[in-house]
Amino acid sequence: MAPLLEVQDLVIGFPQAEIVHGIDFHIDPGETLALVGESGCGKSITALGLIRLLPQGAAIRRGRVLFEGMDLATASPRQMRDIRGKRISLILQEPMTALNPVLTIGRQIAEVLRRHEPISAAAAERRVVELLDLVGIVEPQRRYHDFPHNFSGGMRQRVMIAMAVACNPRLVIADEPTTALDVTIQAQVLDLLDGLRRQLGMAVLLITHDLGVVAQWADRVTVMYAGRIAEQAPVGAFFAAPRHPYARGLLGASVGHEEEAHYTTRRLAEIPGSVASAAGLPGCPFETRCPEAIPACGIRPPALEPVAAGHRVACVVEAARTGANHAAAHG
Amino acid sequence: MMGVLDRTGTILRRTAIQVLPTMVGIIILCFFLLQLVPGDVADVLAGESGSATAETMAALRARIGLDQPVLTQLVTYLTNLAQLDLGRSARFNLPVTQLIAERLPGTLLLMLSALSMALVFGVLFGWIMAVFAGRWPDRLLQVLVLVFYSTPGFWIGLMAIVLFSVKLGWLPSNGSMTVGVTLSGWDLIADRAKYLLLPSLAMASFFIAVYARLTRAAMLEVQGQDFMRTAAAKGLHPAVIQFRHALRNALIPVTTMVGLHLGNLLGGAVVVETVYGWPGMGRLALEAVLGRDFNLLLGVLLLSSLLVIVTNAAIDLLHGWLDPRIEAH
Repeated sequence: MAPLLEVQDLVIGFPQAEIVHGIDFHIDPGETLALVGESGCGKSITALGLIRLLPQGAAIRRGRVLFEGMDLATASPRQMRDIRGKRISLILQEPMTALNPVLTIGRQIAEVLRRHEPISAAAAERRVVELLDLVGIVEPQRRYHDFPHNFSGGMRQRVMIAMAVACNPRLVIADEPTTALDVTIQAQVLDLLDGLRRQLGMAVLLITHDLGVVAQWADRVTVMYAGRIAEQAPVGAFFAAPRHPYARGLLGASVGHEEEAHYTTRRLAEIPGSVASAAGLPGCPFETRCPEAIPACGIRPPALEPVAAGHRVACVVEAARTGANHAAAHG
Repeated sequence: MMGVLDRTGTILRRTAIQVLPTMVGIIILCFFLLQLVPGDVADVLAGESGSATAETMAALRARIGLDQPVLTQLVTYLTNLAQLDLGRSARFNLPVTQLIAERLPGTLLLMLSALSMALVFGVLFGWIMAVFAGRWPDRLLQVLVLVFYSTPGFWIGLMAIVLFSVKLGWLPSNGSMTVGVTLSGWDLIADRAKYLLLPSLAMASFFIAVYARLTRAAMLEVQGQDFMRTAAAKGLHPAVIQFRHALRNALIPVTTMVGLHLGNLLGGAVVVETVYGWPGMGRLALEAVLGRDFNLLLGVLLLSSLLVIVTNAAIDLLHGWLDPRIEAH
């Protein structure tokens, strides 16, 4: 199956600093890919870079973003406008501020329909009411004329989802869609998004730092660290046996609810140091914090090497260990 | 929508409740302030005629009612006012209502024209400055706006007369219409517009600067908001995003200031109407002060306050439409 979206050697930077240092990943049609990492690792910038809505000053410096036979990294602004909202849509983190406070939500959803489809205002309004109903908003006909401040955070995120799926896109980029919501609402919103993904056959790029969310809603996971990809794996394989020391550290730093352990009874494991320690080093960005670092780590950034089917890791130590296992198995 | 009607009703009701006490308060305050001014209308009339005796002046004061105690005068004025009688102007020997009615349309026209000019050019300049922030159109307009901000309106008015009336001869320097010709239709409108242009500019210049700076700041602030990215993610054209999503949010602080500026605008009318010989209430007020014509002056002040209250209510309504988060309290 040909991937829906393929990112090749993508480099994104501000004039003073490079943020994303050449990453490769792909998204298959209809799947949910989780992009995981801590704040500042470049995951949001990567997502915004895909549809070229980067903040002022940031720009794609190198690489390709292949989507439906087109390279989005070099597409014209006009081509990008035809794709945004229609083929690829975006859900932002903060539903409180992502909607325009002075326009009714009905009008804001109708806007995307009327931009991409030749339908009358009346037909657009009917479609919007259907969409509001689809995302579980009660009395959609009446709520059409309400303003964002009349909705709760979870309801606003439902409005954002209605807006995102209005034109039946192939890919929805959800940038931490539930970080601003409390946990019960979080599950409802993600269930809704997942249901719509199946129903409408779209793919979802789910950006998050919450491994619980990844385990429950993603098909595959890509872990980013300091602007590079550390590990890529199917969700099952990742949670069963994470291969990158950073990914192992992340899993060690979280507590599953089914476990006996709790932060009140046992100290959570932590990863020593901070991301900033990677700045300016020639080698693996995780080297200074890594419990398994060897001298070879400091030479150059490790390449992403396959360690199993669909499972790739950027770690010198781990690649050597896999190679040795293979040699032992075959020798 | 129910919400809009409710809000309109509430604002109108609130205005109706406030208007009476506010105006009575203004009248009483002004009445006592005017007692502090040296001299009265009898002195002025006597000085002008040059042949007054103590007896004729006393008779004059008795006729106008100036011989009564101050409180009695106030009560008489308020009693007349309750019957919608603003009294007579001692100097013009005409009913105050008639004098004001003659001048009110001129002032309203000038105010409306200056306010529209201030809003249109202020918002336009501010928008252009925000779009080109840091580049030469922005720098150029910043200088112009600074000149408008720091130069008194009457001086800009005088310089505009020197340039457009004296040197270029494009626009008239004085009055409100061409005297002695009968015009109709578009010719009439064009004639009035020609006379209106310079005084409006003089009155509006300071406010153009204020609104331009406010709009620029608000537009730049809006650019960083999340909903602007949401709008871009819908595939909208940048011009549509700026107009539909940014401008309306940016206008909210501007309308707030417009409400506060209405009083200043009326105050500025006194100077501008004098410079351009515009027959409005501002000049009437000045003449009333110079002639110690207190009945007339109180009438003008009363009407000005009413004007400010009514326009403020209109701004409140506009504000509620621009920003639905504002609920009328």
